[in-house]
Amino acid sequence: MATNDMTQDIIYTITNPKVTFNQRLKDMAKIAENSVELVNYTEKSKEYFANGAMMDMFEGKSPYRTRYCLPDYELFLKQGSEFLMLEPPKDIWDAVGNLLCLYHNIPDDGGLPVYIGCLDKLLEPFVKDEAEAEKAIRFLLVHVDRTISNAFCHADLSGEDTKAGRIILKLTKEMGRPCPNMTLMWREDTPDDYMMAALDTAMAAAKPSFANDKLYRRDMGDYAVVSCYNTLPIGGCGLTLVRLNMNRLPELAESPEDLLNRVIPDAVTAVCDAIDSRCEFIIDFCHFYENTFLYREGLIKKDRDHMIGMFGFVGLAECVNRMLNLTDEEERFGHGERADAFGEAIMNRLKEELDKRPAKYGKYGLHAQVGVMEDTDSTPGGRIPIGEEPDLPYQIMNFIRMHRHCDAGCGELFPFDDTVKKNPRYLLDILKGAFASGARYLSFYSGNSDLVRVTGYLVKKSDLEKFEREEMTLNEATVNGSGVNKNLHLLDRKVRGEE
Amino acid sequence: MSRRADQPGGVLTAPVNKIIPFSAVDGFGNRTAVFLQGCNQNCLYCHNPETIHLCVGCGTCVDACPAGALSWAGEEPAVGAADAGCTAAGDSVISSAGSGVSVASPSDVSGTSSAGVRRVAYDFDRCVNCDTCIKVCPNDASPKIRNLTPEELFDQVKPFFPFIDGITTSGGECGLYLEFLTEFYRLVKGAGKTTYMDTNGQISLAGREEFLAVTDKTMIDLKAGTDEDHRRLTGRDLGPVTDNIRLTAELGKLYEIRTVVVPDVADSRKTVELGASLIAPYPEVRYKLIKFRKYGVRENFSQTPEPSDELMESLREIAWKKGVKEVVIT
Repeated sequence: MATNDMTQDIIYTITNPKVTFNQRLKDMAKIAENSVELVNYTEKSKEYFANGAMMDMFEGKSPYRTRYCLPDYELFLKQGSEFLMLEPPKDIWDAVGNLLCLYHNIPDDGGLPVYIGCLDKLLEPFVKDEAEAEKAIRFLLVHVDRTISNAFCHADLSGEDTKAGRIILKLTKEMGRPCPNMTLMWREDTPDDYMMAALDTAMAAAKPSFANDKLYRRDMGDYAVVSCYNTLPIGGCGLTLVRLNMNRLPELAESPEDLLNRVIPDAVTAVCDAIDSRCEFIIDFCHFYENTFLYREGLIKKDRDHMIGMFGFVGLAECVNRMLNLTDEEERFGHGERADAFGEAIMNRLKEELDKRPAKYGKYGLHAQVGVMEDTDSTPGGRIPIGEEPDLPYQIMNFIRMHRHCDAGCGELFPFDDTVKKNPRYLLDILKGAFASGARYLSFYSGNSDLVRVTGYLVKKSDLEKFEREEMTLNEATVNGSGVNKNLHLLDRKVRGEE
Repeated sequence: MSRRADQPGGVLTAPVNKIIPFSAVDGFGNRTAVFLQGCNQNCLYCHNPETIHLCVGCGTCVDACPAGALSWAGEEPAVGAADAGCTAAGDSVISSAGSGVSVASPSDVSGTSSAGVRRVAYDFDRCVNCDTCIKVCPNDASPKIRNLTPEELFDQVKPFFPFIDGITTSGGECGLYLEFLTEFYRLVKGAGKTTYMDTNGQISLAGREEFLAVTDKTMIDLKAGTDEDHRRLTGRDLGPVTDNIRLTAELGKLYEIRTVVVPDVADSRKTVELGASLIAPYPEVRYKLIKFRKYGVRENFSQTPEPSDELMESLREIAWKKGVKEVVIT
């Protein structure tokens, strides 16, 4: 609820009955950060901020930390930490304790870690007695949920069938909590039996989601899935995320050809300029890397492959429909071939321009952004708008086609009805088919469970109701979820199953 | 099955009512379900009565269609759509005489000439699936039928192959089109996908070696446990059904048997006792008990109560006691 009046913003924040103390503290910090404007943007970037086709994701006007930070937890468990005065763990309790210490010392845009590690891989070496391991992992998950309390906090599961992985799936199903968000990185050798357990958990708890390991490993090397579904290198940082609002591009173009040939290259320059400007501030002005022990202890690296400037986009569907002036349902994006071919051409052009442009810091990654709660007029990334979804196979094929270049993450979500719960193999067939066809990332959830996926993160429907009754909820993402639900009708997504 | 008359020598086709790309309820995993038009039973509680008969070309729906998807297609010989349904097994789509529309003589049907039956043409692309045509049809039929060859049907389902375990044919009664299915299944198997047949079991599969060779599994309805109940409920004998269950179970080609539980219409306990005793020797075969639901049934059956959870559980107990390993209630 930011205004241009700092006093008003402070009064609102310190009296807001709907937030906890920690949330209040962070809101106050954001007001302070935004009270000075120190990033030097180019004229081109300023033009695009002004015309509404680009936004800074409310990351702050004087960014002093990277948006996302992915410490190398494996290295951390191996070497301990001099700064945190921690020895390498000897048993699972040490390991869990050390991890929790580190979680509370990770800088991120939201002040809370968006990545807490590939948990099964990290903890498996410490699983000796399974009952003991379950106790320790439950302790970890409860602690994370109650203290990090943000559904943008993400845990990963490797595609390997491990004891730790099974325990995490079991506990996730039992607990039914939004935090941490979770992704299983599916590989061709991931056993079906393990996948069935994961899908069973997904139907009950709306997580894990599933990433196509082969594609992301090709694009990002040793990667992790963080926040909603951002894919970034382990030991790296997502430096900043600047977003192109494609739904606004038709206003700037005279024709579809003009959009492809003039507006897209121009917009890419504007966004990349803005990313470079923000990175310059974070890296050279604030000396982010030199000022954190994570860098000094080798847990994050400052080299080209580990620094990603995230180029986000939303509203491809609206861009296509407006530019081609499509109102007939059968011709619109997701239904008509002319529309889809134009959408694909836009994405190809964008990628081509992005590849031509050298990044001032690290490299750029393309990210299909899920939206912010203020969006009323743009569908996440290159998805088909809610309410216009075609039959499931066509929705999946369209998702694949529009998101081929999204090396820094994209996702599509499908709610399913109860008949599917009796046949999780159905989901496995769809998942494998989608991945074999080039899909990068999919989420499933049961249409009538309390946990729902908003755009990439999870909230509890009961928490949304609470928030709207002006009560506090522990999970910060509820605040976002409430706004997004009203604006984009997320609870109206087409539920799949017996049709 | 019909031979398409507009091509020399006739081409093998079947009337396709509907294709559901992804189905979670038609067998193992994700399946593309293909529904063929026409049935040789007429069950009292039929949930899709519009799939029972083939269109007789009365044209009621042509005027009613709000999307302009139905039109008169001109005349074609009487061996066209109205005559489809004959099978090698000598079975046929049931007579629709009881519903007040006769197909006995083409000349009796409105809009026909002595040379043939006027046919309703269906434009698949224009159809908005409002089902007005089905609501106004006086004949328990649907004009939304595409007569496809096995190759044409294969081309329709092929895009879904990466995402599915296989296909399931259903109906109506797809067993009326065994020759067509043999060809279609052969194509599907050739592409590495599985073939399931959802059937009421009335068409004997004994001796149909060519068909069975390309069929992975059948799913057979067991509607009643006594001949009397079965006749009253479906109009047909129970014997062929139990014969098919025995045969396919022995061949390892039975995925499940299913019983729709309708209180007061048939003795469900007897049905489940019979079904369970038939499949108990085959632990991989599951028993699916389906609660009768009012959705889709004919008006005169819409007052029938749905079975209680207690009844469903007691039936599950019966099946378990007989030795069935997996009993699914849905």
